[in-house]
Amino acid sequence: MDAENIPQTLPRMSATFDPHSLAEIRRAAATGIYDIRGGGTKRKLPHFDDLLFLGASVSRYPLEGYREKCATDVWLGTRFAKKPIHLKIPVTIAGMSFGALSGQAKEALGRGATIAGTSTTTGDGGMTPEERGQSETLVYQYLPSRYGMNPDDLRKADAIEVVVGQGAKPGGGGMLLGQKISDRVAAMRNLPMGIDQRSACRHPDWTGPDDLEIKIEELREITDWEKPIYVKVGATRPYYDVALAVKSGADVVVLDGMQGGTAATQDVFIEHVGIPILAAIRPAVQALQDLGMHRKVQLIVSGGIRNGADVAKALALGADAVAIGTAALVALGDNDPVHEAEYQAMGTTAGAYDDWHEGRDPAGITTQDPALASRLDPVVAGRRLANYLSVLTLEAQTIARACGKSHLHNLEPEDLVALSIEAAAMARVPLAGTDWIPGGQGL
Amino acid sequence: MHVVDLATTTRRELNQQLHALAADTNDTHWRIDNPEGQHALVAGLDAPVTVEIMGHAGYYCAGMNKLATVIIGGNAGVGVAENMMSGTVHVKGDASQSAGATAHGGLLIIDGDASARCGISMKGVDIVVKGSIGPMSAFMAQSGTIVVLGDAGEALGDSIYEARLFVRGEVKSLGSDCIEKEMRPEHKQGLRKLLQDAGVSEEVSVDEFRRYGSARQLYNFHVDNAAAY
Ligand SMILES: Cc1cc2nc3c(=O)[nH]c(=O)nc-3n(C[C@H](O)[C@H](O)[C@H](O)COP(=O)(O)O)c2cc1C
Repeated sequence: MDAENIPQTLPRMSATFDPHSLAEIRRAAATGIYDIRGGGTKRKLPHFDDLLFLGASVSRYPLEGYREKCATDVWLGTRFAKKPIHLKIPVTIAGMSFGALSGQAKEALGRGATIAGTSTTTGDGGMTPEERGQSETLVYQYLPSRYGMNPDDLRKADAIEVVVGQGAKPGGGGMLLGQKISDRVAAMRNLPMGIDQRSACRHPDWTGPDDLEIKIEELREITDWEKPIYVKVGATRPYYDVALAVKSGADVVVLDGMQGGTAATQDVFIEHVGIPILAAIRPAVQALQDLGMHRKVQLIVSGGIRNGADVAKALALGADAVAIGTAALVALGDNDPVHEAEYQAMGTTAGAYDDWHEGRDPAGITTQDPALASRLDPVVAGRRLANYLSVLTLEAQTIARACGKSHLHNLEPEDLVALSIEAAAMARVPLAGTDWIPGGQGL
Repeated sequence: MHVVDLATTTRRELNQQLHALAADTNDTHWRIDNPEGQHALVAGLDAPVTVEIMGHAGYYCAGMNKLATVIIGGNAGVGVAENMMSGTVHVKGDASQSAGATAHGGLLIIDGDASARCGISMKGVDIVVKGSIGPMSAFMAQSGTIVVLGDAGEALGDSIYEARLFVRGEVKSLGSDCIEKEMRPEHKQGLRKLLQDAGVSEEVSVDEFRRYGSARQLYNFHVDNAAAY
């Protein structure tokens, strides 16, 4: 054989040392610092897409689409609160801080949620008058940092959410880098302007479930037992965390999976700590059932909810409601291709922009720059969010009716099958076409 | 004087009565008998009244206090006066951990010692401890002042922001980014005022104290690389 005819070995990229990993090694070598970014996990994880609904057929009756009622409302906080919350739809807006988000974005979230008949949530940094004013139902987060924490706002809230952790960074605190610490943010947080602000990862005045119980008692006493008290945890050991939250006296448990977004955290934290929401719901529900508390203490789940199918699947697995963060921001206009030229100028592209901590968001959402923030019209953006919430609900109803359910809460695990063995094991539903549920039924 | 006996009245009833007080109430003096270390006593007050607790209090006594003066005759549990906004809380005995945690304003006086994490994440409160304070006190303290007539435990002022710390006795160790600072006249003046407010200006002199605060080295994380974070 002459040399010219020998087939060439094609250049082959390593699956392990893929272009992203190589670039990260080089970036780390050049800078000596880890990558910080916003958003949630970007790699593929077992998720709701790995589940399918079994519609009604001979053995089950469907309900008529558009005609027969399929209710969507949800009560939250019925265990102890004198004034539980009644929402029209089981999709709530997750806590996102003023500071991470512009005042306009917070206002838009309140407007959209109010039109849709659901609640919105404050975040690290306290409550702004804009969001209180525009949110019919507002949940006030009680975080380790206690930035902006004030009893008047606590009394103004409709519910209180004690944040223990977040799915994007269970065990981690928050950070808001100096670029976003404007005068107003600095004043609300009682910190010098322009410094990198770190939010503590542990509460300053309680440790462990026994103390949490007393803390919740204090919050109830201060608000005269009127307001529902939620406890939010990142998904790690959901069975135990949910059981302990119930034991501590929570009215509602919020469980946030690893896909959940964050304003800013180390990439390594986002991608490698916590478990997907798909794997967390069943153990959480089991904890509630073992304690006789399923539907008495409500479960809100979040982390990567995008469409009505995700909502329906989360509810079928036993959640009472879901919360959305990232999707709500996208509905407002985050990462919209209309800003492509500006994303390109920052070395990224629409859909991938995640340097939210830098405060240069062309959509005016994750910024404190007045010029950028003023690009977001809270009324228009709020309307978009309301539209999106309406579609989520209609989609979930479509599925529920097809499964013969007159309320979204009547969806059940028996309506689901899984497309992969992983999803079958995590969601504890059979692999499609089989009666096989891999793994134990226990923890 | 309004007397509430917790042997016969529940904490819920007591707190509810106090919360119902209007800002211009004439019921300005309350005495609470038999507190027996109950938690969340007189938490969430929002009126200029004086409440005297005749004994020990549990966790979060006078939590989130606004305007009121609360006097605790005995010891106080974890988180006394946590997140106080204004008013005065005076503990006649010792205080447990996280005394005055995250408090934004007002004055917390502790006649005895305070345990670990006194003034953690404080946001403007003034705290005067006549005894000593435990380890990790003033952790991430943002603003306000702690005055300690006795000693301070390990890692005082770790990751401190703009709070001011005055310690008369020994400091076991300073936490990261906390350093001793010069006592200038304005500091002495502020300290003198606080000693007066706490009723100890006759017993001790401002010259016996040393001042500690932030070196401000951790304020911006690797500032050279800021754009790359
Ligand atoms: C910009 C941004 C800011 C956030 N800020 C907070 C916060 O202050 N407190 C909190 O508990 N969670 C915070 N989160 C997390 C959300 O509350 C929620 O758990 C998460 O976004 C849900 O997942 P999803 O984004 O996939 O819908 C934030 C998320 C985002 C995207």
